[in-house]
Order: sequence, then structure tokens, then C-alpha cells
Amino acid sequence: MKSFTYERASTPAEAASAAARNTGTRFIAGGTNLLDLMKLEIETPRHLIDVNSLALDTIEPLPDGGLRIGALVRNTDLAADARIRRDYGVLSRALLAGASGQLRNKATTAGNLLQRTRCPYFYDTNQPCNKRQPGSGCSALGGFSRSLAIVGASDACIATHPSDMAVAMRVLDAQVETVRPDGTTRRLPIAQFYRAPGDTPQLETALAPGELITAVTLPKPVGGMHVYRKVRDRASYAFALISVGAIVQRDGSGRVALGGVAHKPWRIEAAEAQLPKGARAVTERLLANAKTTDDNAFKLPLVERTLAAVLVEARA
Amino acid sequence: MKFDTPATTNPIDQLKVIGQPLDRIDGPRKVTGTARYAYEQHDVAPNQAYGHVVGSAIAKGKIVSMDLAAARRAPGVLTIVTAQSAGKLGKGKYNTARLLGGPDIEHYHQAVALVVAETFEQARAAAQLVKVRYAEARGAFDLAAVKDRAPDAKPEGESPTQTAVGDFAGAFATAPVKLDQSYSTPDQAHAMMEPHASIAAWDGDKLTLWTSNQMIAWSVGDMAKTLGIPKENVRLVSPFIGGGFGGKLFIRADALLAALGARAAGRPVKVALTRPMMFNNTTHRPATIQRIRIGATPDGKITAIGHESWSGDLKGGGPELATQQTRLLYAGANRMTSLKLAVLDLPEGNAMRAPGEAPGLMALEIAMDEMAEKLGLDPVEFRIRNDTQVDPEKPQRPFSQRRLVECLRIGAERFGWEKRSATPASVRDGKWLVGLGVASAFRNNLVMKSGARATLGRNGIVTVQSDMTDIGTGTYTIIAQTAAEMMGLAIDKVKVELGDSSFPVSAGSGGQWGANSATSGVYAACVKLRDAVVQKLGFNSGDAVFEGGAVKSGNRSVPLAVAAREGDIVGEDTIEFGNLDETHQQSTFGGHFVEVGVEAATGEVRLRRMLAVCAAGRILNPKSARSQVIGAMTMGAGAALMEDLVIDKRRGFFVNHDLAGYEVPVHADIPHQDVVFLDETDPMSSPMKAKGVGELGICGVGAAVANAIYNATGVRVRHYPITLDKLLDRLPSVS
Ligand SMILES: Cc1cc2nc3c(=O)[nH]c(=O)nc-3n(C[C@H](O)[C@H](O)[C@H](O)COP(=O)(O)OP(=O)(O)OC[C@H]3O[C@@H](n4cnc5c(N)ncnc54)[C@H](O)[C@@H]3O)c2cc1C
Ligand code: SF4
Repeated sequence: MKSFTYERASTPAEAASAAARNTGTRFIAGGTNLLDLMKLEIETPRHLIDVNSLALDTIEPLPDGGLRIGALVRNTDLAADARIRRDYGVLSRALLAGASGQLRNKATTAGNLLQRTRCPYFYDTNQPCNKRQPGSGCSALGGFSRSLAIVGASDACIATHPSDMAVAMRVLDAQVETVRPDGTTRRLPIAQFYRAPGDTPQLETALAPGELITAVTLPKPVGGMHVYRKVRDRASYAFALISVGAIVQRDGSGRVALGGVAHKPWRIEAAEAQLPKGARAVTERLLANAKTTDDNAFKLPLVERTLAAVLVEARA
Repeated sequence: MKFDTPATTNPIDQLKVIGQPLDRIDGPRKVTGTARYAYEQHDVAPNQAYGHVVGSAIAKGKIVSMDLAAARRAPGVLTIVTAQSAGKLGKGKYNTARLLGGPDIEHYHQAVALVVAETFEQARAAAQLVKVRYAEARGAFDLAAVKDRAPDAKPEGESPTQTAVGDFAGAFATAPVKLDQSYSTPDQAHAMMEPHASIAAWDGDKLTLWTSNQMIAWSVGDMAKTLGIPKENVRLVSPFIGGGFGGKLFIRADALLAALGARAAGRPVKVALTRPMMFNNTTHRPATIQRIRIGATPDGKITAIGHESWSGDLKGGGPELATQQTRLLYAGANRMTSLKLAVLDLPEGNAMRAPGEAPGLMALEIAMDEMAEKLGLDPVEFRIRNDTQVDPEKPQRPFSQRRLVECLRIGAERFGWEKRSATPASVRDGKWLVGLGVASAFRNNLVMKSGARATLGRNGIVTVQSDMTDIGTGTYTIIAQTAAEMMGLAIDKVKVELGDSSFPVSAGSGGQWGANSATSGVYAACVKLRDAVVQKLGFNSGDAVFEGGAVKSGNRSVPLAVAAREGDIVGEDTIEFGNLDETHQQSTFGGHFVEVGVEAATGEVRLRRMLAVCAAGRILNPKSARSQVIGAMTMGAGAALMEDLVIDKRRGFFVNHDLAGYEVPVHADIPHQDVVFLDETDPMSSPMKAKGVGELGICGVGAAVANAIYNATGVRVRHYPITLDKLLDRLPSVS
């Protein structure tokens, strides 16, 4: 770990402007991802701004019937919230399928959205990795890629985004609220939040330097059956090989997003029109431009089969 | 004491303390954090500095240059050790690669430097400033690619690597029913909780090393050999070990580098390997490719059985002994086994829990299941038909005890085996395809010379000292039980001190020989102590009874403590084993029964029930023995379903080198586990009449899982681990 300076921010706007003043700044929330990466010198911030004392840890109703989830609401608290469990079941289930109880007690809503890939080469600083060290190459291409992306990737990076929560947020059409260093705020639909890897896989989101997430908002409940199905090699405490988050309505329409297949939660609204035709039709559309490796080609049939099972469950 | 005739009745047979399911005597210390592990020995030596290991970034080649300037300038740095600065070093008998590499590099993450600093964080930060330039060489990293050029493995000790009895080729060719199949098991990691860790302190030319080590005497020898100093100048202390599984049978880089770092820094130094470094820096269980051929008569009698296994290791290393059990487990007049060893430039292969049998049975016991199906026989019945009470290679040599058939019969009955459908993929429970599997468990019982000292103090407490180790198995407790039984004491009147090379040399912990051998050494020491006590108290040694804290004969009863009124009484001895293990084959047996559910859509495998029935001699403590077996079953489930050190075949290293990437079972993976021990004593094995159980539990369980998956789905997977991608394309469609 490189040595760093540290401060505790007192307001969101101040945190953002302080971040812009010091190059090489990171916010630290639960620290469950950032600290691990700092120990391995994958992240080497020179300055940390602790956002834990910002009053961003509540879940408030919105006038339009939705909810505003503070950036610092812990994953455990979010999953347990009665409104989330009643109206946004897919989110509660996705959260509870992630990490462990101890980690969820620390992990925050914003930190979860911004957790970094679990590509094994990203974690080994001896190996080339464009995401960690731009321009050094991608070791996963031609290497071990079982957990990596089958859609949306580039020749520079095939990493997946590992979050379960983000998949549910995508199905729910969440929006990310931020404050920028100049004090202005904005709202970003989650669909526009993650950037495609392209030639710059080190740039992962639409956030500008210093921009702080203050909340994630959910639109008013859409009803339907909420399912989150995470498929993994062991029964708990493992990242998804693939996951399916779905909301299915009585009339057979619905929404579907996938985890574990791309650099972001993977959802194509147009594919959802195929839902009445069944899982194959939806999958064909969702994964139309899939590019697999020997290691991860199994994800194609796995997505289709899992989605089929999810639809059976949702309609039962 | 020489043990060369079968045991007769002795004080252990009273079973007042031995054989009782007592709690661990070290349990309270463990749960209160007062049992200190190597890295936590903060106060054994003052002014401890911290060392951080730098591992090689290449698998094979040379260091061209090392730039230490920035690291040396970093805050808190005291010294940096490299091969260049360390001077001439030897290599331990039990090490294949050198523990400090450079300029030649033998494997990925081989240690190339140790940075010593005032704090752990400073040492780690400075270690990341060490700049090494390498010249990478091409290496061999793919067993399948080099296997056909692999020569016969060289025999190790008396155990041959090529065996042949009768006419295997002829009998196999003419067998009416036969099987010829290939299987593979991947490289696996011990993944024990406690990382390799050591604290070293020098006093002049004398070294003390607080470390985490299973085999104290081996490691004293190897430490001395590596440093080029007399053995007498090395003391190893390893009272608690957070798991080893064979990964801590020898000294590793943490120990050597702590010693070198402490010498260079002129003060005590502690070193722990980080988790991401453990997988490539230390040893692992080597991958195997196995070919099994079995020929049988239509009524299910094996006439020919052949087992070949290929594995790889660094030059000078050894093979994975995956054919071992096939020489002894089933009858059959015509047989062959063969071990081939390729040179691979991967990290060093070595022993992991039940080396040989664990991967060997993962293959053999699938083959037996396949053969039973070909014969139209129940797999339990097929195994029973091929039981043998004698060494099949040397029929004049009987087994000392062999109750495999009972293990299988009792297991089948308890598990409800008769409800198993012989037709695969025919049982469904909601979304789960359900299947049952069975496998035999087999592991040899090894016996090793073992010493101990038992001292009676004037307070009536008997203190047992031995360099024996407790690797989490319960050794403290069974040693206390042994001494308590021998001396007629309650267990709380016995103190046990282990893991210090200044104590008598024991068998150590490995190869499931520890419990039986070490308690036999304590037995021998206690026999000496009893004699000394009897003499001191003026009893007639023939009829003195040790009971209730007193020595009794006729009407006379004297409290034991009285004997030590004028000073401690010491009994010290070493048990040595004669040739009973040559005249009689000593092995342990079991039957594993497993029920799995396979999720019909996703192919996820979830265990539903597990049962092991074990015949392993006298069970010294049913509670700790059960813990050993359920732990081993869990490890076997991991081997069956998820454990796999994935090789990057371009650069020659294990890619998934942390516990996020190398998955082992979690609680949610393990269902209800039942363990049954047959009531058995084996007078051929030792005065304790016990055998090992610590490894038996892992032997065969992986194949029982594989066979259950086949029964559930009709998909036969012969290449471990059985992950869902290997099942997916043959599962029923989802509707
Ligand atoms: C062993 C393990 C297993 C796990 N398993 C899973 C799993 O199965 N599924 C899953 O989804 N996740 C899993 N996780 C990941 C876990 O969910 C994340 O580590 C956690 O959500 C991160 O939240 P945090 O608050 O600790 O973030 P931090 O580590 O504090 O921060 C993460 C990143 O977010 C940035 N950040 C934090 N807050 C803000 C903010 N308000 N505005 C802008 N930037 C911010 C930080 O600068 C940093 O870059 C696992 C983690 C571990 C360690
Ligand atoms: S896939 Fe991305 S994260 Fe992984 S090695 Fe390639 S560039 Fe790095």
C-alpha cells in the first residue's frame, strides 16, 4: 500500500470539491473493495476522502411514489428495508445473494455500484492488464476467462462487472444522483452509468473526476413477480457465473437484466418484447453479438436455461 | 519400546478415558484467542521487525538485474535479503525448488527477496518498490501436452512405481466384460486457514524459529542443512497450527527468509506469506491423468485390473502416487500399476491430505461404478464380490484387519441404498434431479517411530512433552487421554506440551500416522513412568494398579503424587515399530454414501446427504475423530465439485491464486454428514490398537459424489472438478 493522506468530508459538495482539488483522490465508503485493491497497489490513491459521516444513509420516499436511497445506505439495511422487500423484491434478493453478511454490513449502495472487476489478472500486478495498467495488454484474452464477459467486451478488455445489486438496479430503471466539484448536481439513468470498455477499459463509469454519488433513486413500484437468480459454483459467497434479474407481469410482459456476462448489468429493452415467446427468443436477442471463449462459452446455454427456469418460476 | 509382537491386554483397554468423546483440552484457549499461532507470538522475542516476501514474476528463467535502491530508501526499511546477499545456502531434503530463488528462477512466485522493515505496512510498501528484470525462458506447463514423453517415475523408498502380477494384458484382452477409461484430477491447493508464518530470532549462532509446521524434526534438519549450521543450533517451536494438510510438512520460504532476515537485520524478524502468494510459492497436490482398465467375468469377478497415472513436477520432484490403492483394494489375479512423471515448470508438487489415494480413488471408484453398470450389478455388491482378505499381490500376506464389506453393508442399510434407482436420471424432486452414489474408502495405516517424555510432579500432575504437533486435529487431547489412562488419572491432571524441538522427537503429523504413532510413544513413556513410580513407592511391579489418582496393590493405596514428593519422576521412551506392517498389510477402510441434487436447469450440484462408515482400528476420541472425518468429507466434496488450480499455460502459473478464485466449500455447500465408526481394535498396529482416520475420510468421497451425479443425470463426468458447464449440454430441456 502506498501512503496517502486522509480527510473526513462534512458535506457532499465539499467532498466533491476537495476531491477535485487533490489529484489521485478516492472516496472511501465501506472500504470493502477499495482497501483490498490498495493493499495490492492496484489502486494507489494519494488522498482518501472518507464519506462515512455524510448524512447519506437514509431511504426516503419520493413524491412520485419512488424511493431515494442514500449513497451510504449499507447493503444489509437496504435488503432488509420493508419497502424494498415489498415493492422492489428483485433488489432485496440480489443484495442478499451477494458477498457475506459481514461484508454487506459494511458495503454501501454507491460503493457496490463502483466495485471493480474480479478478473483474476486484474488482481495480479505481475500480469499485463489494460484496465489496471492501460496499454499493457489483456492477459485474459487467451488466458483463463471462465468468469469473464461474453457480450459488450472489446479486444482491450473482457472483464465483467461483478455486482449483483447493480443488476437489480438496472431492471428497476434506477437513477444515480451525484454532486460535482462545482456543486452542481445531476441524475444519470443507470443505463448510461457504465461505459463500454472499448480502448479505455480503465474508464468504467460516466462519473467525472471528483463527482460524488449522493443517492440512487427508484421509480415508483411496477408490481409483477420479482426474481433474482444467481448461478455459481458454490452455494454461497461466490460471484455469479451468470445471474438473471427479472420482473414478470401477469400478462407475460416484463423486464430482464443479466449479471456476469458483460462489463455492466446487461439489459436490452427491445429483447423484452420477446418474453411471451420464451427464453430462447429473449436470449437470442440479448446475446445476439456474443463473443465467447472456450472457457466461457457455457454461459450462452446457461443464460437461456436459467432464464427459462426464471420464467417458469415467475409464472407459477 | 519396540513394538514387534501383536498387542495384548494393556492399561489402554480399560477405556476409562481413551475412547471417550471428550472435548478438546485446548478448546478454551482456541476460542478465547489465547492459543497463539506462529505469527502471534508477539512477546517471545523483543523488538520484532517485519519481513515481506517478493515473489518471482516469471515461472522460469533468470533474474537479469535487481534494483533495490528505491526499496532501501523507503520509510522504515532495515534490510533486504536476496540470493546474492544471503551467501551460500543449501537446500532441504524435503524441498525440491530452492526457497530463495535467483538468479535462476524455478517457478512463479518463488521468493526472490525479503524486505525487512519496522512495520508490516512499511515492509509491504517497500517490497512493491523492488524492481526486478527477468529473462523469461520457455517452460513446460501442460501435463496433457508432455505426458506421452514422461518416463517411469523413480521408486521412492521401498515402494515400486511399476508393478505387475500375473498376465494383465492377456487377462484383460480375453475378459468378457471390460472397461478402459481415462480420468483426470486438477492441481489442488491445501488452502489451510493459517498462512505459512514464522518468527526468527538469533542468539549468537543459535536460531530459534517460532513457526507453523507439522514435522518438527524434519524441519530442524532442513533448516540446518539450508543454512549450513549444526542441527543443535536450531530450535523450532510450533505449538499451534492452523491447518497444514501436508502443506507444512517442511520448511518453506517464510521460515528460511525469517531466519535470513533476522540475521541481516540483527533483530528478530517475522514473516507470513500473503494469501495470494501461497498458491504459487508453496506446494500443491499435483494434477493427474489416469487410465484405468478393468476386466471381469460376467458374474462380476475382476480378472484383470490396471491403473496408470501421469503427473508432473519440477525436476527432481516426485510423482503423485495415484495408483497406490489399486495394488491393494480389490481382488484379481492379473494386475499392473504404473506411475509416470513428467517434468513441469509449475510450482512444486507435494503431499496433500491422503496423497496418492485421494486422487487415485477419485478415478478408480468412478471406474468401479462404470464397471458395475456394465455388469448389471449393484455397485455395492460389485465391490463386495471383489473383496480380498489378503494382499492381492502377495496372497501369503493377510490384512491385519479388513472390514470393507461391513462398512459397505452397514452404510447401504443406514443410507437407504435399496431405494436407489439403478436407472440414471429417473428420480426428480421438484427442480432437482436426485441421485445416490457410493465409493469405497481406503488409506494405508503408516506407523512411525515416536518419542515422548512424561513427568510426574509433586502436585500429582503428569506433564507430557513431545515434539509432536497438533495441526487442528485434536492431538493435545488424545495424548492427554493416553497419559490419563496409563497413569490412572482424570484428564485434567495431565498437561501436554507439544511442538518444540527441545522435546523428544515424535512421529509428527502427516500421512494419518500421527495419532496412532504419537500416542503409542506416549504409551511407551508412561510405561517407563509407571515402572519408576512403582519402584519409588516400593510396590511389586507385577500387580500395581494405577487408578483414581493412586497406585494400588492389595490393601495398599498411595496417592500418585506421593511418589514425586522428593522430586519429579520422569519416564521417557520412544516407540519403534518392528515388521508387523510387513507381515501384515495395515490399512483403513470405509464406505462413502452421497446423495446429490442437480438443478435441472442450471446444472448446479448440491449435496443433500453424506454418510461415511469407517473401520480404522480403535477410535481414541470419537468426537475429534468424527471431526476429522467430516472435515475430510468436506474437502473431498470440494475436490469433486470446485477445487481447481487453473494454469495459465502461456506463463506457467496458477491464475486463481486467492480464496475468491480458488473456491473451497462453504457451510451452505455441506449438508447433514453422518459418520459411523465400526467398533474395532487392531492389535497389529500398536499398543493403542488404533490407526489413522485423518485422511481416510477424504478417500473416495469425490468419486461417490461423481457417481451420485451420474445416477442423478445420466451424465458421466471423468474430469474433475464436476462444474455445471460439464453437465449443461446433456441436461433435460427446461419447460
Ligand atoms: C470476499 C468478497 C465477496 C464479495 N462478493 C460479492 C458478491 O457476491 N456480489 C456482489 O455484488 N458483490 C460482492 N462483493 C463486493 C462488495 O459488494 C463490494 O465490495 C461493496 O459493495 C463495495 O462497497 P463499499 O462501500 O465497501 O465500497 P468501497 O470499497 O468503499 O468503495 C468502492 C469504490 O467506490 C467508490 N465510492 C464509494 N462511495 C462513493 C460515492 N459515494 N461516490 C463516488 N464514489 C464512491 C470508492 O472510491 C471506490 O472506488 C464481495 C466483496 C468481497 C470482499
Ligand atoms: S479482461 Fe480486462 S481486467 Fe482482465 S486482464 Fe484483460 S484488461 Fe485486465
